Amino acid sequence: MEPILNIRNVSKTYQSGEHTLTVLDNITFSVEHGSTMSIVGPSGSGKTTLLGLCAGLDRASSGTVELENIRLDHLNEDQRAQIRNQYVGFIFQNFQLLPTLTALENVMVPMELRGEKNIKARAMDLLGRVGLAERSHHYPVQLSGGEQQRVSLARAFSNRPRILFADEPTGNLDAETSEKVIELIFEINKQAGTTLVLVTHDLELASKTRRIIRLKGGKLISDENTDVFQASAAGSFRKFN
Amino acid sequence: MKPNSSLHLSWLIRMAWRDSRRNRSRLLLFISSIILGIAALVAIYSLGDNMQQEIDNQAAELIGADLEISGNNRPTPKAQNLFASLGDRRSEERSFVSMALFPKTNGVRLVQVRALEGDFPYYGKLETQPATAHKTFRNARAALVDQSLMLQFGVKVGDSIKLGSLSFAIAGTLLKMPGQTGFSTSVSPPVYIPLHYLDQTGLSQKGSRITYRHYFKYDHKVNIEQVVKKLEPQLEAEGLNYDTIQSQKEDTSRAFKDLADFLALVGFIALLLGCVGVASAIHIYVREKVAAIAILRCLGTSALQAILIYLIQIIGIGLLGSLVGALLGSIIQRFLPTVFQDFLPISLTTQISWSAIGQGIALGLIISVLFALSPLISIRKISPLHTLRLSFEHHSLQKDVLKWMVYGLILLFVIGFTYLQLKNWAETFFFTAGLLTSFLILTAIAVILIWMVRRFFPVSWSYLWRQGLANLQRPNNQTTILLVSIGLGTAFICTLFLVQGILLNRVQLSASGNQPNFVLFDIQPKQKEKVEQLTHSFGLPVLQSVPIVNMRLEAVNGVTDAQLLKDTTLDLPRRIFIREYRVTFRDSLISSEKIVGGKWAGTSKSATIPISLEQNFARRNKIKIGDTMTFNVQGALISTIVGSLREVDWNRIQTNFLVVFPKGVLEEAPQFHVLLTRVQSPQASARFQQAMVRQFPNVSIIDLGLVLNILDEILDKIGFVIRFMAGFSIFTGLVVLIASVLISKYQRMQESVLLRTLGASRKQILVITALEYFFLGALAAATGIVLSLAASWALAHYTFETTFTPQLLPIFVVFIVVCCLTVIIGLTNSRSVFIKPPLEVLRQET
Repeated sequence: MEPILNIRNVSKTYQSGEHTLTVLDNITFSVEHGSTMSIVGPSGSGKTTLLGLCAGLDRASSGTVELENIRLDHLNEDQRAQIRNQYVGFIFQNFQLLPTLTALENVMVPMELRGEKNIKARAMDLLGRVGLAERSHHYPVQLSGGEQQRVSLARAFSNRPRILFADEPTGNLDAETSEKVIELIFEINKQAGTTLVLVTHDLELASKTRRIIRLKGGKLISDENTDVFQASAAGSFRKFN
Repeated sequence: MKPNSSLHLSWLIRMAWRDSRRNRSRLLLFISSIILGIAALVAIYSLGDNMQQEIDNQAAELIGADLEISGNNRPTPKAQNLFASLGDRRSEERSFVSMALFPKTNGVRLVQVRALEGDFPYYGKLETQPATAHKTFRNARAALVDQSLMLQFGVKVGDSIKLGSLSFAIAGTLLKMPGQTGFSTSVSPPVYIPLHYLDQTGLSQKGSRITYRHYFKYDHKVNIEQVVKKLEPQLEAEGLNYDTIQSQKEDTSRAFKDLADFLALVGFIALLLGCVGVASAIHIYVREKVAAIAILRCLGTSALQAILIYLIQIIGIGLLGSLVGALLGSIIQRFLPTVFQDFLPISLTTQISWSAIGQGIALGLIISVLFALSPLISIRKISPLHTLRLSFEHHSLQKDVLKWMVYGLILLFVIGFTYLQLKNWAETFFFTAGLLTSFLILTAIAVILIWMVRRFFPVSWSYLWRQGLANLQRPNNQTTILLVSIGLGTAFICTLFLVQGILLNRVQLSASGNQPNFVLFDIQPKQKEKVEQLTHSFGLPVLQSVPIVNMRLEAVNGVTDAQLLKDTTLDLPRRIFIREYRVTFRDSLISSEKIVGGKWAGTSKSATIPISLEQNFARRNKIKIGDTMTFNVQGALISTIVGSLREVDWNRIQTNFLVVFPKGVLEEAPQFHVLLTRVQSPQASARFQQAMVRQFPNVSIIDLGLVLNILDEILDKIGFVIRFMAGFSIFTGLVVLIASVLISKYQRMQESVLLRTLGASRKQILVITALEYFFLGALAAATGIVLSLAASWALAHYTFETTFTPQLLPIFVVFIVVCCLTVIIGLTNSRSVFIKPPLEVLRQET
């Protein structure tokens, strides 16, 4: 199957005075269309940085990032923004809804950015699918954490993304709410046939994806399918906690 | 890959509207800083527009005729022939200052006698009480007397006034005359008499300083400008000046445009001050919007689109602020005629000026966008990575070329706007440089203060003092903007007080001690000794007695006015030929002058007459030692050579002269004498004036005490006008202060609530807040006062050429008022932090 995301020899370093801090060191992997993948690792291992690079939120210090066969490292920030709008959906740990927009308007923004017409019905449909049709005119501040993340989920799918990046999507939610949100993410993802890349500490959540890559100290230390991974899960995952 | 160009403006506007939802009141607060500046400018522009319109409408009434020809010498037969050929109707007026005596009360006062013949004014009228008096006085031995003079001496219509040796019945009270302003008649109020009685008064003698005016009215259509163009050579040859409706219109327009432009600059400072407040507020606003902008960037918004969303908000709110400012300005301008009427020779209307409103709105929009641009362009640097975590990258100001370009644009705008008001590059440069320096000094002081608080933090102080002080350097502090706005406002108002003080002090000093306070002039040569005797008989000293000869300049180094007109390469200012010179002659220097170049010659021994010039007069007119000057004394030409230059102390009440002749030249020329004395009490003054007027009716007396009172009144009114305009700056400073306090309130809310949660009492939070604003207010006021002291000293030293002794009381009052206002506003706007329970505050602010 054709890969949607190709990461080759990617490194990310930051200069702090005279010291160079290497956050990601020579990472290579690819993600196939329609697959699901988790990036796991301990705090400071470079998970979020890698997600940012994959999604075109940042530029690698070296190496190449290709999304839908487009080399992101050749594009400027505005061009990458357009790529994100065309191909990418996001779910964040802290929801990242625009506080001055209603739930409905938040969902509509990516479609409006694409210049699409008659978007209200689709936005309402998406809100209905996450169970928030009744709360469409509420502002983020009037919604609970779980509701906000559901709005974020509806927004993430509003531009029919090819790939969905989720950064600790349940990190700010209680167990019960987390479960409902996870169910929704996988259900809508499956319906839409979207590729899913998620960064998480939640082993149970990670195990729901078909593939898990593990980072440690900025290096990729394993890349396994979950059927293999799940067999040794109990032992390996204890290392992160 | 091309960026998405299909995004319509409508979406950007919609996003801007949506994004502003929870911030509209705050945005309004930011923009309120420019409302007063716009209001000031719209009010002044409206005043200017209405003034221009009224000058256009009333120009004919300002001059009262189609053409006015004037001179200081009795017209020659040639000139009289010329006058006879002009106009369909003619009037003649001779005016001069003289003493008037009111027999009813024995009161005497210097007045301006206007002896009139003919039907002048042909446009407008002499407004009198009774209304017919302006006609009846012309055919009888009657006078029209200025209203203020009648009130001062308690005389009524029907009483008499004595001018020289002739008494006139007062036919009416003069309420208004063409071209009159409130102040122009303060020192010598006008008295109209019929011209054919002038000779009988005995005041029209050879050597008297009389202005001869001839008014002409055409009953048929004539191009006056063409007529005077043809007459110009003849008029110049006769030493006559002219005025037409058009020239009067231009002169008046220019004079009052200068006033309006100056006041517009004062308003502009208020606007700039407000803009600094706007820029600072937008800076914080954008900083708070980083998360939202990062989300938008994450979802695919381009940098330009993100900037545009917030720029549209600024344009919208700038437009609203400008509209409110324009409305306020249009309301304020309705009250301006009351403030300005004493300065204006025309009656003002208060029509709405759409062009002024348009200018104000355009200016408000441009300036709010310009000042908001600097923080707005930072948006393009906001990375979508902020959605995941705060960026590691910091962009230093030095590297952002675009920001420096915006600063350059702001500077260009300030220079451009100032030039439009001043039309003079040197003045524009000084104004902009002065403004920039003040801003830089205040900013530097704020930066130094923040650094010092960090570097030398007084760890031994009590917690409350330490916390109050530490607030000055907290992240997102408002120290710089508050110091600049309050400091500049304080500097402005304080300078006004100090300059007013300098001017009054200067006059008061001159009139104190043994300085002369009475000037007697128009003393004829044969009266000189008797006037001196009379002065001595009252026990009064003759402090100075000097002869004065009137003359005009005919040529400098052989170059005449006519040659100067033809040859534009000649480097000589033309004004040197236009003015009349009042010259004295003596054999020695007086105490207020000293020789700074050449050699003083007290007597003329050779054929060429060595004269002495005042050094600044020589410098201004590019005349050097050794240059020749030919003077015309009543038709007789006298050739002189510049022998010496004098430095003259003009601050002393003395008869100082630009040109001094040696003895032995002008003794036989037509002349009058001036005598200076000092009278101690008002009673002695009244007795002395009465005796002098009775015995020497042609001698005029200037009572400097009276002049001082009038000057005081004039300065008070000018001061009020300037304070009125400066008030906009002060209030803008206060609005910026309120806005800054409210903005910083959101930032400090968290900390105060935490302190409350940790057990700090309301009183402790109140003390910390009060101390912080006291530090700010005190430092801003002190800096502003130091700036104003420096500016006042410079004005005193270089412009008024006097010593500067600062008045401590107004400075102290300004300091206390600014400190108290800052603390009160700071506490009032932060009250929700310490009055309400922490949880309630937190809930409200989320």
